[in-house]
Parts: sequence; structure tokens; C-alpha cells
Amino acid sequence: MAKRKAKASRVRSESSRRRSKAAKNSTQVMTYDDGEDELLEGDDDDAVISASEEDEGGSDDERKHRKLLEAISALGGKKRRKLAERSEASVQVSEFAVSAEGAGEKISLSDLLGAMDQTPSAVKSTKKQLQNLESCKDTLELPLSRQETEKIQRKVAFEKTSKDVSQWESIVKQNQRAEQLVFPLNQEPSGPKPVEHVVVGWKPRTPLEMEVFSLLHKNMQPINDPLLTPMEEASLKAMSLEEAKIRRAELQKIRALQSYYEAKAKRERKIKSKKYHKVLKKGKRKELLKEFEEMRNKDPAAALEELKKMELARMEERMSLKHQNSGKWAKSKAIMAKYDDEARKAMQQQLEMNKELTQKLALPPESEEEQEPEETEVVPDFANDAQAAADPANPWMMGKLSAEPAEKDCGGDDKESAVENTQNEEEREPEGDEEEENEEDVLLREFDEKRKSRRPDDDALAPPFQVDKEETEGEKKEEPVCVSSEDEHEGEVVSEFKSLFQKLLANGHESTVNKGTGQDAKESDAEEPALLDEGLSRVRSLEDVDELLGQGLVREHAEDVAEVKEKIPTTAEETKNERTDKRKKKKILDLNDVLTRDAKVISVPLAPTAIGEEEGEGDQRMLVQEAFAGDDVVADFLKDKKKRVEAGKPKVVDLTLPGWGEWGGVGLKPSRYKRRRFRIKVAPPPPRKDRNLPNVIISDARESSVAMHQVSQLPFSFEKPEQFECSIRTPTGHTWNTQRTVQKLTAPKVVTQLGSIIEPITRDSLDKSKAQTRGKKAPDIVLASAGAEGQGPRKGRRKAGENNARNLRNPRRRAIKRTK
Amino acid sequence: MKVKVLCRNPDDYVRETTRDIQRVPRNYDPTLHPFEVPREYTRAMNATKLERVFAKPFVAALDGHRDAVNCMAKHPTSLSTLLSGSCDGEVKVWNLPTKKCVRTLQAHEGFVRGMCARFCGTSFFTVGDDKTIKQWKMEAPGYGEEEEPLNMILGRTELLASCASDRSIILYDMREATPLQKVIMNMRSNTLCWNPMEAYIFTCANEDYHLYTYDMRQLSMPIVMHSDHVSAVLDVDYSPTGKEFVSASFDKTIRIFPEKKSHSREVYHTKRMQHVICVKWSLDNKYIVTGSDEMNIRLWKANASEKLGLSAEVKALHQLEPKLTTREKQAQNYSQKLKQKFQHHPQIRRITRHRHLPREIYSQRKELHVMKEARRRKELNVRKHSKPGSIPYVSEKKKHVVAVVD
Repeated sequence: MAKRKAKASRVRSESSRRRSKAAKNSTQVMTYDDGEDELLEGDDDDAVISASEEDEGGSDDERKHRKLLEAISALGGKKRRKLAERSEASVQVSEFAVSAEGAGEKISLSDLLGAMDQTPSAVKSTKKQLQNLESCKDTLELPLSRQETEKIQRKVAFEKTSKDVSQWESIVKQNQRAEQLVFPLNQEPSGPKPVEHVVVGWKPRTPLEMEVFSLLHKNMQPINDPLLTPMEEASLKAMSLEEAKIRRAELQKIRALQSYYEAKAKRERKIKSKKYHKVLKKGKRKELLKEFEEMRNKDPAAALEELKKMELARMEERMSLKHQNSGKWAKSKAIMAKYDDEARKAMQQQLEMNKELTQKLALPPESEEEQEPEETEVVPDFANDAQAAADPANPWMMGKLSAEPAEKDCGGDDKESAVENTQNEEEREPEGDEEEENEEDVLLREFDEKRKSRRPDDDALAPPFQVDKEETEGEKKEEPVCVSSEDEHEGEVVSEFKSLFQKLLANGHESTVNKGTGQDAKESDAEEPALLDEGLSRVRSLEDVDELLGQGLVREHAEDVAEVKEKIPTTAEETKNERTDKRKKKKILDLNDVLTRDAKVISVPLAPTAIGEEEGEGDQRMLVQEAFAGDDVVADFLKDKKKRVEAGKPKVVDLTLPGWGEWGGVGLKPSRYKRRRFRIKVAPPPPRKDRNLPNVIISDARESSVAMHQVSQLPFSFEKPEQFECSIRTPTGHTWNTQRTVQKLTAPKVVTQLGSIIEPITRDSLDKSKAQTRGKKAPDIVLASAGAEGQGPRKGRRKAGENNARNLRNPRRRAIKRTK
Repeated sequence: MKVKVLCRNPDDYVRETTRDIQRVPRNYDPTLHPFEVPREYTRAMNATKLERVFAKPFVAALDGHRDAVNCMAKHPTSLSTLLSGSCDGEVKVWNLPTKKCVRTLQAHEGFVRGMCARFCGTSFFTVGDDKTIKQWKMEAPGYGEEEEPLNMILGRTELLASCASDRSIILYDMREATPLQKVIMNMRSNTLCWNPMEAYIFTCANEDYHLYTYDMRQLSMPIVMHSDHVSAVLDVDYSPTGKEFVSASFDKTIRIFPEKKSHSREVYHTKRMQHVICVKWSLDNKYIVTGSDEMNIRLWKANASEKLGLSAEVKALHQLEPKLTTREKQAQNYSQKLKQKFQHHPQIRRITRHRHLPREIYSQRKELHVMKEARRRKELNVRKHSKPGSIPYVSEKKKHVVAVVD
């Protein structure tokens, strides 16, 4: 127990010592060190507390023990001497509160340690601390000198400030890089503002405004001003150049095939054999039935549609008196029928037709017969191909053969009245005509365009074009003849083909019988965006952005063709030139002679003025002659050239020294051998560039008068001579550029205004630029949040320091002066 | 439906007066206008020549001081007001357009060492040799408030720099208790000026004939060393655009330097102008004001050949707009552009670069050049005759900085 006490006291003293040290430390250095010390201190305190508790516990036991002894002694009743109770400090208890029972004995350290081993962990921890303290032997550091601390402070402050100042870097860089700086910087631009700036915070209130805005929104009209409307962008996206090329090639193919099939149909039409046609018709009908059956299996909906149409045709037939043999023609035939077999047959045919049409059987009416079988027969593979190739996402890839304007219908109506025929024919004929005309128009237009862009061609795309050409030519020839029945037939065929193709493309199996005006309208509506040809032609005349697409394509083609064509003529020309050159080479001398002679003719006499008057035109020439009578320009030129040629020729260097190695003197010549030996011939220079050009002098020598104005070295900041040349070559003046361009090109880098104070850059502008970069993401809330944003930085500034706040708001650069 | 709204600046298409020339539509076909480069070259040449012909920068002289002008201050809100302090302690307030002195104060005993106006322009401070700083009202007869004298005057709002006679430049931050950093140079700096548009850049005018532009974050080496003066540089001031600065020197000239160029683009001098002690660039970037030893204040154009519009008298007489017309401006811009485009061509370069210098300055320049060349040659020789690598190459800029002290 006593040992324990001793230990506790020792620990206490240690801890107090440490505490004083820690206190010193804390005043000296930094806060985290303090923290550590505090921790340590806490540990010490714990240790102390626990020790004292043990202490108290020990004393309690003792007291109890003593009380117990007293109580026992009291039980005896006698008053005994309390021998045991008397305690001698010197004998029993030492002054160090250690029982001195074994007073004479020595206490060894091992005894103490042994007790320690038995004690719990708290003591162990103190032991550890003790060991730590013993191990660290270094002395305390002196506090840093004032100079040094200040140096550290300065360094920290400098780093902080330089970091702070670096905030400006972005704005400075931005200003340096700016194309044009207009000072004062934060000035509002004068002049009218663009609408979008005005509109930002504005909302429509009146009904009219609302209406206008709703319209604008409906059409996706841009309110602030991008280059393209969404529609335009979509169309730009829709077709790339390559796709357009593919599409064009396809269309060419289709056109070729179309003309081929037209020709075929025409040929077939011309066959007069009735039997042939009958067989053909039968075959067609069979085909048709088969197809119908197939359709019923495959696509019941479409079949049903077809059936409905047939039903409609039947109804119409029943309503009308068309095939009832009640018309004028039928009546006349009826009269003849008694005697004429053919007339009877015709009447029967008509009745049959009526029967057929009115039959409830799902048989297609005659008009369709004629078409549909042909359709099935005529369906070209490519049509399917084209459709398969068509990208469903791309509206441009689904088109029809050629443009069919919507006016077609009214035109057809006009003609309807004129033509008296069966209904089918009535319907078909105008259509056919119209279509033919349309086609012709389209083709003509195409041709015009092509002619504009290039002449008749011989490139890779030739075959389809040739076909086109033939076709159009044929049609052109036929135009004046016009109303012949064959033409009509042809038109029919074409229309059949066309309608067939349309149907195939549109996936609609519609009969032409029921092709009403409404349907037509619908069709045209559906196909409008796909009007490729028109689109292309219109595109060409539009803005340059569209040009990129439409005209780029055409141009490319044109350029290709032009290149090819140019190559051929140029090569031809070259060969020609070469030939002429050869001829000239032979003739060069002659030519010169001729020229000189001519010159003489001009220069020689003074022409009599009377002759000049006679010839009104020759008057002036005479005058000129008179004026330049003295100078023979051409001869001078030739002389000059000759001189130059002579000067250009290398001269023989004569190195002979007279009198060297032989006799010398007046009248003596060096020997021939020596002359030959020491005359050095220089290799001839490359042939002159103007040797074949009699009227030209080409000189490669550097002209000093020009050299004065030329740049001899590549200036700094240019990497290649080409760059520099390019920078010089592009003119900036208004002679070569439009006013706008000139203004742009000559805009000065820094613009200042006389009489307007330019304030130094302020922290406000920094804040503003930051706010702008942040604000760009959400421009819509500019107005709403303006107030809030304005307050934010102001608060921040207040915090920065009341003294600085005023300066910051209106900071100003001031001159720095050192007093001398 | 597509609605497009036209929005144009009327300056671009409206005639200025009814008597102005009508716009003629032109055919811009290049084949119709051949020889564009030679033609433009000729125009550039003419423009350059005219520029030199019209380069008459001197505008006016304000005389009235009875001693050398030692310092000046710009009025922060009024362009037409200028303050100047002379060596006899007199302060004058000038009205520049009328070239008249508005007010005269006997501010100090001895030199007026420095002065600056308050940011709002209501008052100004002067520092004198009598160890006082005085605050004066701008208009009314002034009153003095005596305070402790200080050795330096404000620079930036919270960042200050001072030049001391121990060859050092010291940076301070008003928010910190201690100065930030100090750089010691070979010779002392007389003045320094912060770039108003680039917060961390300042230029100091040094006694060793050079100016040094520093980035305050990198004081160990200046960014640019500007050298052209042939004597100590006494004062420097930035143009408010921060693209150029003007320096006044003891060699009786002022020079204008582009911010990042080591040589000046312009030199102004007059026969009668003596040592230039102070210089200021006006706040609208058009004028430069110098105060010199012979008691005069001079007003110069910042751009020597710039056409600034009509003079005040003519304006008053005809009641015309003081500004240039748009067409005049456009012509100016065009000729400027041409000059820039053909600046590398020898003839044009020759003309643009030619300046007249007084004989003594010229000969001094030559002398300096010879000295420099000799130093260079010597270094070269020493390097040649010593162990390779033993003499390191030190950039010219670095040579002038002795030390950077934290």
C-alpha cells in the first residue's frame, strides 16, 4: 500500500513537471503541438486520479481494521493498555509513510518492481511515459527571432497575395487575346440593340402579342438569333453530300429504267394483233387474281382495302348508265347490230363489262385490269431495291420519280370536259398528258440546269444521261404532233408506270380508278418533303449554307466534268501548241525578219494627210504614225533582246600570258597551242526562257529597283514564306472588298474615345466576368436573380474589411512616388 | 412562317450629311481590279509618309511655375484638370483646354515631393519636404491638416509598392501587417507604376537608364527590360489602356514604350525642354503631360500623327461636332491597317522608324552602343578563353537584379 502511495506521488511530481514544460511549449510554437500536449496532460491526470483513489481505498481498509480491533477489545469489558495501539513514528512508521516493520532491512529496487508487476495497467502506462521521458534528451528550442518570424509571415503573406492576384490572370489573358478592345471597357454599346437583348425580360401581354408569340413558338422560330432555324438545321442534318450523291445516282438509274419500260410499253401498244392482246389480257387477269390471292394471304388489310375499292367501283357502275347501252353510240350500234356482227359484239362487250363491273364477285374492274397486270409485269426490281435502300429515318431518301405539282388536278378537270370517252379514259388521259408534260418540264429543267453547269458529257455517269437526252429529244419532236392517239397511249403507259412506282414507294395498293382529287392531294402532301429535284434546284439559289449541300454536289459534278473536259482540250491545245511551236522554231528567224520589215513599213514615210482623210479609220493610225515616226520601237526591242542574249552567253576566258615561256614583244602572238591550252570555255547556261517568244524578254536577274521594295527576310512570327505572302496577298481596301468586310478587316485593336475617362480595371469586372461564366448556363433567370447576385459580392466585400470596402468599390490606381 | 428582323447600326449605311457622297454599288470582280498588292503597297507607303509628315505631337505648353515642376497628378473624374507641384512648394491647378492656371497654392516649404488626388476627385494630398502631408479641397481655398509624413504614396487599392533609395522595390499589402517582398536592383528605381489593366504587372523607372516591367509574383527577374534612354529615367506612367507606358528621363526626352517591347516606339523632345521630371498619361488615352526642369508643363499627343478633330476655336466658330466623321475614321483605320500590313517592307519600315534626335542624345546613344558592344565582346572573349561551362550565360534581364528578399 505504502509503496503504491509513493509511486503515485512520484507520478504526480513528474506530471507537474511535464505540465510546466508543455506550457512553455504552447507559448512558443504552434497550436497542434499544444493539442498533443493537452492529450498527454489528460493522460497524466487520469493516472493521478486513479492513484489517489487507490490511496483512499487503502486508508479506508486500515481504518476499518482499527475499528474492528477496538470493537473487539471493548467486548472484553476490561480496560487494557493499548499497547498495540501506540505507534512510534520512529519504529513503526517511517517519515516517508512506509511501514518500517523491517526497519533494519534494506529495500531493494527489485522489491519495488515486483509490486509494480502486480499492479494494474494504469501504472504500466505511467511507466511507459517515464521511459519516454528518459529517452528524449534534447533540450527545448529557443523561440524564433523576430526577424525570422517576420520573414515567415512575409513569405506566407506574399504567397497569399500572389495567389490572390492570380485571379486576374483569366481576365488579363482574355483582354490580351481579344480581337478588339473598346475602352472604356464596361461601356454599354451605343446604337440600336438587337431584338433578342431587348426581348429577354419581356413577356407578351396583349392578345395580339400572345398570338404572334404562339405562332412563333409553333413554327419553332428562333427568338434569339441563331444562324439557322431548327427546320433548316434539321434539313441540313437530314441529307449529307454522300447521301445526296447516292440518291442522285439512284434517280438516274430509275429514270433510265423508266424510259426503257416506256419504250417497251410503246412497242407493245403498237402490236395490232387482237389475239395477242386478248392473250395478254388474260394473262394479266390471271396474274392479278394470283396477286390478289397472295395479298389476301399476306396482307389482309390491304386486300380488304382493295375489295372496298372494287365495291366502290361497282357502286359507281351501278349508279351510272355507262355500260348500259343507253348512250348515243350504243343506240346507233343497236340499230346496226342486226346486220353487223361486229357492232353486236361491241354491244355485247359493253354489256359484259357492265356485268363484270356490277358483279359482286371480287373481280377487279376492267380499267384496273389494264393497269394492274401491267404493273405487276412492269414492276422493276430496282424499285424494291430503292425502297429497301431507303433509310426510314431519312426523309430525303424516300422520293418519287419526278415532281408532280398539285395543279395537275385542275388541269385535268379542264381537259375532262373536252374529252368524251369512257370514265376511265377520261380520268387517265389528262393525267397521262399532265404527267407527260410534267416529266418533260422536269427533264427540260434538268437539262437546262445541266447545260448551265456543264456541256454534254462523257463521264462515268454518261449512260443514264444519254437515255434522258434521247427521251427528251424524242418527246420534243413529238410535242408539235401532240394529240395523236399514240401519244395518248404513251402517256397512259407513262402514267401507269408512274402511278405504279408511286404506289410501290408509298406502300399503298390503290387503284387508279379511285384516284380522286382528294387522294391526289393527300399523296402530294405526303410526298412534299421528298421532292428531291425541286429541292435541289431551289437550294441552289438559296443562301450559301444551303449551297454547301445542293450546289456543292452539283458543283462537284460540274467541276469533275469540267476538269475532264478541260484536260482534253488543254491536252489538245498543248499538242497544237507544240506543233505550232515546232513550226515556229523553224520559222523563228523568218518571223523576226517579218517584224523588222513591218516596222520599217511603219516608220518609213510620212503619210500624206489626204489619204488619211479618205479613210476615216486610218486617220488616227496616220496620226500615231506621224507622232512616232522617228522611233523604230520593234527594231529597238529586237536589238535590245539580242544584246541581252549576247550578254547572257558565257564568254570564253582567255588566260594566255603573252611572253610566258616564249618570246614576247610587239607583233608577236602567243602560239596556237598555248592559246588553245589557256582558253577556257564555260559550260553553256540553261536555255533562255524566251527563246521561243520573239516579242518577249524574260530576265531572271534580280532587279535592284524592285529589290528595294522587297522583303529580304522572313519577318518574325511568320513560320513559312507562304504565310507571309498570303498575308500580303489578300487585299483589305474597299476597292476589292465590300464595305462590311473592309470595316471588319480594318477594325483597330484598341479603340479609345476622345474625352471619355478610362478607369483602371476593378474587382467588379472580375466578379462580373465570373458571374458571366456562371450565368451562361442559365440565361433565363438573369432578371430574376440580378438583385440577389448583386448583393452577394457586396456582402463578401463587407466581410473583407470595412476599411477596404470603400476602396474596393471604387478602386483607383495612384501614382507611386518615392521621396527623393 | 419566318420573321427576320433587321437590326443595323445606322453608322454603317446612313450618309452623314445630305451633301455626302452617295453610295455607289461596285463590281468586286477581281479581274476588274488588278494589281491589288502593288496598289495597296503604294497606299501604305503614302500613309506612312503622311503619318510622318503629320507627326506633330506637341500641343501646348503651360507656363506659370516659378521653379521646376516636380510632380503632377491627374484629376480622376475631370479630364481637363491637372495638378502640378513645383520645387518651391507651389501647387497649381490647371485647366487644360484653356491652358490656364485656375488656382495656385503655396502648399509646402521646399519641394512638393508627391501629390495625388482622392478617388472621388473632391480633394488631393500633397507631400512636402517640410515633413507634412496636406489634404486640400479641389475647389475652394484649401485648408491644411497636418499629419505624420510618410515616404511613399498609395499605389493600388490594397497592393502597394514603393521604391526606396537603398535600390530596392518593396511590395506591401494593406491587409497585412508586414511588407510582402523586396527586390534589390543594381541601381535605385525612381518611380514605379502599376499597369491599370493587368493587376500584377508594374514597371519601374531605374537610374541605370532602363525601365523594368515586373510580374509581382516573380520578382527574381523582370519580364521585360526597356532600354532606349541615355540617362536616368525619372518617371513612368501607364496609358489607361495598359498597352503602353510613357517614361520621362533626365536626358530631356520622353519615350513611349509598348508594354511588352524592349524598345520605344516614339520619342518626344523639344529644344527648350530640359530634364523631364514628371510625366502623366491622360485618362482618355489621347494626351501626355510632362513637367520639366525649366518650369513648364507640356501637353503632347500620345499618338504623334493622330488626327484628333478640330481645334477648340474652330469648333466654337462653326459649331461643329468635335469628333471625326465616320468616313474619316474609316480612312484612318484603313491606312493604319495598311501600315501594319506592310510594316516589314524595307522602305516603309525605314520611313516609319525614322526619328529625329538632338545631336547630344544621338552621340550618347552611339557611345552607349559602343560600350555595350565592348562589354559583350569582352564577355565573349573571356568565355572563349576559360574552361567551358565555367562562365555561365546570364540573361541581360537577370543581370540587373541583385537579390530578392523575403
